[in-house]
Amino acid sequence: MAYSDKVLDHYNHPRNVGSLDKSSPNVGTGMVGAPECGDVMKLQVKVNPDTGVIEDAKFKTFGCGSAIASSSLATEWLKGKTVDQALEIKNTDIVNELSLPPVKIHCSVLAEDAIKAAIGDYKRKQPAPEREAFSVS
Amino acid sequence: MELPIYMDNHATTQLDARVFEAMKPYFLEVYGNAASRNHSFGWEAEEGVEKARKQIADLIGATAKEIIFTSGATESNNLALKGVAEMYSERGNHIITQVIEHKAVLDTCKRLEKSGVRVTYLPVRQDGLIDLDQLRDAITDKTILISIMYANNEIGVVQPIQEIAKIAKEKGVLFHSDAVQAIGKVPVNVGQDGLDIMSLTAHKLYGPKGVGALYVRRRNPRVQITAQMDGGGHERGMRSGTLNVPGIVGLGAACEFARKEMPEESRRLSFLRDKLKDKLLNNLDEVYINGSMEHRLPHNLNISFAYVEGESLLMGINDIAVSSGSACTSATLEPSYVLKALGAGDDLAHSSIRFGLGRFNTEEQVDYVANKVIDVVQKLRELSPLYEMAKEGVDLSKVSWTAH
Repeated sequence: MAYSDKVLDHYNHPRNVGSLDKSSPNVGTGMVGAPECGDVMKLQVKVNPDTGVIEDAKFKTFGCGSAIASSSLATEWLKGKTVDQALEIKNTDIVNELSLPPVKIHCSVLAEDAIKAAIGDYKRKQPAPEREAFSVS
Repeated sequence: MELPIYMDNHATTQLDARVFEAMKPYFLEVYGNAASRNHSFGWEAEEGVEKARKQIADLIGATAKEIIFTSGATESNNLALKGVAEMYSERGNHIITQVIEHKAVLDTCKRLEKSGVRVTYLPVRQDGLIDLDQLRDAITDKTILISIMYANNEIGVVQPIQEIAKIAKEKGVLFHSDAVQAIGKVPVNVGQDGLDIMSLTAHKLYGPKGVGALYVRRRNPRVQITAQMDGGGHERGMRSGTLNVPGIVGLGAACEFARKEMPEESRRLSFLRDKLKDKLLNNLDEVYINGSMEHRLPHNLNISFAYVEGESLLMGINDIAVSSGSACTSATLEPSYVLKALGAGDDLAHSSIRFGLGRFNTEEQVDYVANKVIDVVQKLRELSPLYEMAKEGVDLSKVSWTAH
C-alpha cells in the first residue's frame, strides 16, 4: 500500500513523542485500543488550569504507520487549543489531513477516541466545588 | 550493495537465469503442441516435456509417469483433494487436514464440506507440529485422505511426514502433502517419505510462475484421481489442457539445479538464517521465534518483536522485502491464522515478520537487514506505550483494554 507523504513524514519524524507525569492534576491521559487488535494509543495533555489551554501534548503509539501518524498529528493540533476546542477535533479532519485510505479510517477514530479519553481524564481530575456542595445537602 | 533487498522467498523466488536459458528455445523455436503426435514440432515439444518429467521425478524419487503437470500448486492441491474425494466417494467421505494448511487446501476442504465430505482440521501444538496421537484418533473407517503440508509457508515448520505416512499406511488411508515450500530446500523422497500424492510448484524453486505438478503414486498403492477439468484427456486423463511447454521445461530445469545444489545451498542458507537470527536475538530483548527451530526449513525465520506492530516495522524497513503476519498487512484485517493457531496470542501475530532467504541472498545483505531491523525496532519501541508499560513492570495481560 502506498502511504501519503504526510503519513510518511509523521512516521519518519513523529512529533511530541514521550510521556507526561500522569499523576499530575493538570495532566490528562487517554489510553485506547488493545494489543490483540494491533493498535494502542496513549495520548496525554497538560492543561493550564487557569486558562484551560493545552500547553503540551505527548503520545506513544503501538500500531501501523497510519496510527502513528494520526496520533502524532493529534498532538500537534492539540497544543494551544482549549480543552473545549480540542473536543471538536473529528476523526474525519485527520483522515483528510493525512489522506488516509478507507482501511485506515479506524486509526483516525482511535486518535479521536484518545483525545476524548485524555480530556475526560483531565476533567475528572479537576475539583467541581459547586456540584459537591449541592450533593452534600 | 543494491537496494531493495528481496528476502520474501516463501512468496516467490527470482527466476534463475540458467532456468530462463533452458526455457528460451521453447518460446520461439520449439513451439509445437506436445500432444501433436504426427510431426517433428510436436515431437520436439514432447521431448522437452518428457525430459522435464524425468528431472522432476529424479528430484523427488518418483518415476516420470507419476508426474502430472498443472498450472501450479493451487491447482495441484485442488486436484488432489477434489479428485480423491470424488474417486473414493464410495469408500468413504472423511478427510483429515490441519489448521495451518495453505488456503488452497483449507478452502478446497471448505468447498468439499458443502458437498457432504466431512473434514477434520487438526490443531497444531505451540511449536507448529501436529500431534500424531490426535491424527491417529481422528481416523475413522470413512477416512479416505490425510492432507498435511510438508513445511509451512509462514513459519517454515516441517511436519513429521514419515510418521504421518506410517499411520496412513497402517490404516489404509491415502496421504497427500503440499510440499511447495520443502521441495529443493530439504530432501523430499516420495518413496522414503511414504507419500501417495504431492503438490509442487516451479516459482518457489527459482522456476517460472504458472506451472506446477502433482505427484500421483502408480504402484503400491495405485492412486486414482478423478479429473476436475474436462477436455482432451492429457496427463493420463487426470488433467486436460495443452501443456505449458516452456513452463514445464523451466520446472524441470529448476528441479535439476535443486537436486544438484541442494545440499550445499541448504547449508549456506541455514548459516545465513542463523546469523540473522542470532544478530536479532543478541541485540534486542523480547524477541520470539514462531514455531519449532529444530523442525524447520533452512531458509525460514519467523519472528515476533514484542510491542512493535508489524506493518509499522515494514514501513521502517521499506528497502527490504519481507512479510508480516500483522492484520494491517492482510486484506481481511485479521492477523495470521497460522500464528494464531500456535496459541501465542494475537499481539505476537501482529508483531511478526517472516524472513525467507533464498539462492540470491548474500551475507552482506543479511548483515544489512539485521542492522536495519534492530534500528527500526528500537525506534518503534521508543514510540510504543506497551514497551514503556512493560518496562515499568505492568503486566499487559492484566490491563483491561478497550478492544475495538
